Amino acid sequence: MSGLGLLEKEDTAAAQSRELLTIMIGDQIFGIPILQVQDVLGGQKITRIPLAPRAIAGSLNLRGRIVTAIDVRACLGMPPLDKKEGAQEMSVVVENGGELYSLMIDSVGDVLSLPYRDYEKNPATLDPQWRSVCQGIYRLKGKLLVVLDVPRLLEQLN
Amino acid sequence: LILTNLHAFRREKGFFMDDLITEFLTETNESLAALDSDIVRLEQNPNDRELLSGIFRLMHTIKGTCGFLGLSRLEKVAHHAENVLGRFRDGDLLVTPSYVTLILESLDRIKMIISGLEETGSEPQGDDSVLIEKLDAVFEGRDGNPDNGTSGVDVIPDHVKDAADPLQALFDSTPVLPQEEWHTIVTVPEDDAPETASAMEKPAAATPPPAAPKAETPAPAAKAGGDDHGGKESALAAQSLRVNVDVLENLMTLVSELVLTRNQLLQIMRSQKDTEFTAPLQRLSHVVSDLQEGVMKTRMQPVGNAWTKLPRIIRDLSIELGKKIDLEMIGAETELDRQILDMIKDPLTHMVRNSADHGVEMPADRVKAGKPETGRIVLRAYHEGGHIIIEITDDGKGLALSKIKEKAIKNGLATEDELANMSDQQIQQFIFRAGFSTAEKVTSVSGRGVGMDVVRTNIEKIGGSIILKSVEGKGSTFLIKIPLTLAIVSALIVESGGERFAIPQLAVRELVLASEKSGVKIETVKGTPFFRLRDQLLPLVSLKELLGLTSEDNNATKYIIVAQIGTYQFGIIVDRVFDTEEIVVKPVTRLLKGIELFSGNTILGDGSVIMILDPNGLVKAMGETDIADAGGGAKQEAKTGHGKEKTALLLFGAGNGAPKAVPLALVARLEEVETAKIEYSSGKAMIQYRGQLMPLVTFDHTVDMHSQPRKPVLVFTDETSTMGLVVDEIVDITEEIVDVQVSANADGVVGSAIINGRATDVIDIGHFIRGANKDWFKRHGDEAFGEASSIGRRVLLVDDSPFFRNMLTPLLKVAGYNVTTLENPLEALQMRETGEKFDLIVSDIEMPKMNGFEFAKKVREENSLWKDIPMVALTSHSTQQDIEHGMDVGFSRYIAKFDRETLLSTINQALLSRGGVQ
Repeated sequence: MSGLGLLEKEDTAAAQSRELLTIMIGDQIFGIPILQVQDVLGGQKITRIPLAPRAIAGSLNLRGRIVTAIDVRACLGMPPLDKKEGAQEMSVVVENGGELYSLMIDSVGDVLSLPYRDYEKNPATLDPQWRSVCQGIYRLKGKLLVVLDVPRLLEQLN
Repeated sequence: LILTNLHAFRREKGFFMDDLITEFLTETNESLAALDSDIVRLEQNPNDRELLSGIFRLMHTIKGTCGFLGLSRLEKVAHHAENVLGRFRDGDLLVTPSYVTLILESLDRIKMIISGLEETGSEPQGDDSVLIEKLDAVFEGRDGNPDNGTSGVDVIPDHVKDAADPLQALFDSTPVLPQEEWHTIVTVPEDDAPETASAMEKPAAATPPPAAPKAETPAPAAKAGGDDHGGKESALAAQSLRVNVDVLENLMTLVSELVLTRNQLLQIMRSQKDTEFTAPLQRLSHVVSDLQEGVMKTRMQPVGNAWTKLPRIIRDLSIELGKKIDLEMIGAETELDRQILDMIKDPLTHMVRNSADHGVEMPADRVKAGKPETGRIVLRAYHEGGHIIIEITDDGKGLALSKIKEKAIKNGLATEDELANMSDQQIQQFIFRAGFSTAEKVTSVSGRGVGMDVVRTNIEKIGGSIILKSVEGKGSTFLIKIPLTLAIVSALIVESGGERFAIPQLAVRELVLASEKSGVKIETVKGTPFFRLRDQLLPLVSLKELLGLTSEDNNATKYIIVAQIGTYQFGIIVDRVFDTEEIVVKPVTRLLKGIELFSGNTILGDGSVIMILDPNGLVKAMGETDIADAGGGAKQEAKTGHGKEKTALLLFGAGNGAPKAVPLALVARLEEVETAKIEYSSGKAMIQYRGQLMPLVTFDHTVDMHSQPRKPVLVFTDETSTMGLVVDEIVDITEEIVDVQVSANADGVVGSAIINGRATDVIDIGHFIRGANKDWFKRHGDEAFGEASSIGRRVLLVDDSPFFRNMLTPLLKVAGYNVTTLENPLEALQMRETGEKFDLIVSDIEMPKMNGFEFAKKVREENSLWKDIPMVALTSHSTQQDIEHGMDVGFSRYIAKFDRETLLSTINQALLSRGGVQ
């Protein structure tokens, strides 16, 4: 019994905050649970895949493994990145079901440890497309951080 | 496989399963598969002691492990089945079919419990008391079988009965059971306590009741034999390890990456002059190649793994259908890639079922037809030139042509007129069409509409092909040809709409360059493109349009890749063609599984990712849904008329004088080399080609290797060597009826022929190969060049190609032999029936109807008149495996077709050595 109690305690301690990698897409800040992130890549040579849905940008070679590049903007119904701004595209590599995916985003920020008390599940008024691929929202100082639900985002493409 | 399933399962459900149970499941599933076929074998040889002990041991292991893991339901069933098996093993109960059925029933129950265990992690609920009661009835001798008299205490071995002190003799002859087997003595069925506990703590229970020791006492000889066997097995087991498939896959990925990096390094190296890196890099390159080969080997599994279920299936079928069927399996040790094995398992099972159900007749019908009552299904696997061939032969009733015709008309697949113009072979192919089933009645076994069309599709999916040969009343043979591995394939890299793609080389027949300038052009009919390929209209598809690609590249020059699936030929229009590359096929992400045009993707030597096109998918996208025999008609027509068949020739220009030609079948590849990259080693020209050095020779001194920046090269291969013949230009490929006038004096020329209306030199490749590579000649056996008198010696030459018949006959005649030429082995075998005798047989390997290997087997049969005649095999591309296979079936020599010097010396030697024997 005492062991179980200890376990519960640890659980709550771990649950009090969460570490998220922050990323920017357009002027919105997003977060991905840090444990899901395998790699962060700079500009990569991506091979187009004909006939693939728009959200699949192509595939790339990451140290001998083929990684499917996902255009997160397309998943979120956002316009494609305006290349003229000179912004170099970044990618965050995640694993799902034994396969690697590289989520193409605009830029990567810091890793934040965020307390649960600032967290809220998806509000009902959130855009339905976003609601289907996000977990919830953290209230940061001055801005709102949307937590991406990576497994669901990938599942939606299937 | 089970392990991977479990892993996937765990990941999905987040379910935790004890590692021990996982291990147990893997092991038990393997043992069960082995048990199935063992028990069927037991039924055929009921007195095979070794087999009996083997089965008993397996069942015992299952039981023992169950007890350890606390799987009580499983343990009970295994325990009672083991009791019965124990009595078979000890020989006091004869194995009968009904007992085998009972044992199989117990095995099925065990399997059911195990699959429940796999799904839920605990034993499924259920009642086994009926089964256990049946097993106990047999064990205790109360199942109503008159031969099953109780325990058999009354059977006392003779040597015991006659001994001075019978009790002592009985004691002596009773081997001491090893401790871990003690519990087998305990026959109290209700005992649920762990085995070890019952054996250790209840000595009273372990003290054998009078009946038990007898039951557990095998004849000493059998026991000793069994132990030996066990010892051997465990020694073997110590040399192998169980490795998770994931680990191997990962290793494979790493090696592929290593190969790619190596290729990149070699690429950089080529642009540098000699540096200190050259030698170590060469060494690295070799080691990497060996490593790659080694890792590939770990993926190989004997094809027998896909066959283990078949004896059981055939047994159950023959009982259900009331037929008598023998299943013979040959070549179960032939190895192929694990992935392919998985993919052919179901089609094979389906086909064997089909043979049993539709092929083999009822015993009464067989006797009426003058055949033995018991039908035979033979499954045979062997390697043939980078492929594995699986044959399924039955001696049943064959395919009824009239019924197929009827059915084809009824189902609207063909009209009566069309059928009238078809050959028997073509009509038989209808069984591969969707929704075609010839069974008169639908049985539970087959004939449910999913039939041979599914089998065909599955085999073609892995780049294989299936051929059917059937003679009504005599039986049918299915020949499945599949590649050895899917993991690494040779692919052609092409570009379309600015993107590069790989097309598996297996599907590529030839390349055509279409440009307005040369007059070779693509024509259109209402927007659909076509191309005139020799005498045929080739349907075309533009890769760019098919893939919905756009690009500004509107070059008038296009390449047409002529591809073939089954017998269906079509052309793919692409913008550019690069090189062939060995690629490592990786599956596409599951997000793209819906796109049928891609069979996988890969990483090229330069590190970029490209998609691999699936030729089957392309055809589907073109709207050809049924390609089994489309285009087959045209092909058939091309091969009519005796001895007037056409030979495909490659025409090229080299040096001064007449145009040159070489049979296309002998050319492995056409390449273009950058002449700046030609290197010289001890005065010989060579070039780095696919990681090896390839010697280069010119046609004659008038050809300048460096006259242009790029030069076309014809590549010839044999076993392991490669040679390149540098020429000035490639002119064309043509199909002609060629009549070669042999000339003896010109070096490097076999003779001349009229091709495309011009006198053309047909070149002797053997001459150039000897010039390029001295070893080549040596390997083919030019030792001890004795002189056998050739005068009047009779030589039989069998070759389906008129070109070679025409070329070799005069050659042999000039050398003084008396030559008889035939175009297929069947004619030769007819000749044998008439009592003709020869001193030597020279035979081609690849021939329609009957290949050289089969021919050799026939010639070497017992009672064959030709049993002792030496045989020489002729071949265009031979691999080590081919040669071994050839030697196995009875060829004494193997030579390359184009090497006429060696042919003559080999014939000479073969006759000499024969002379010695006589």
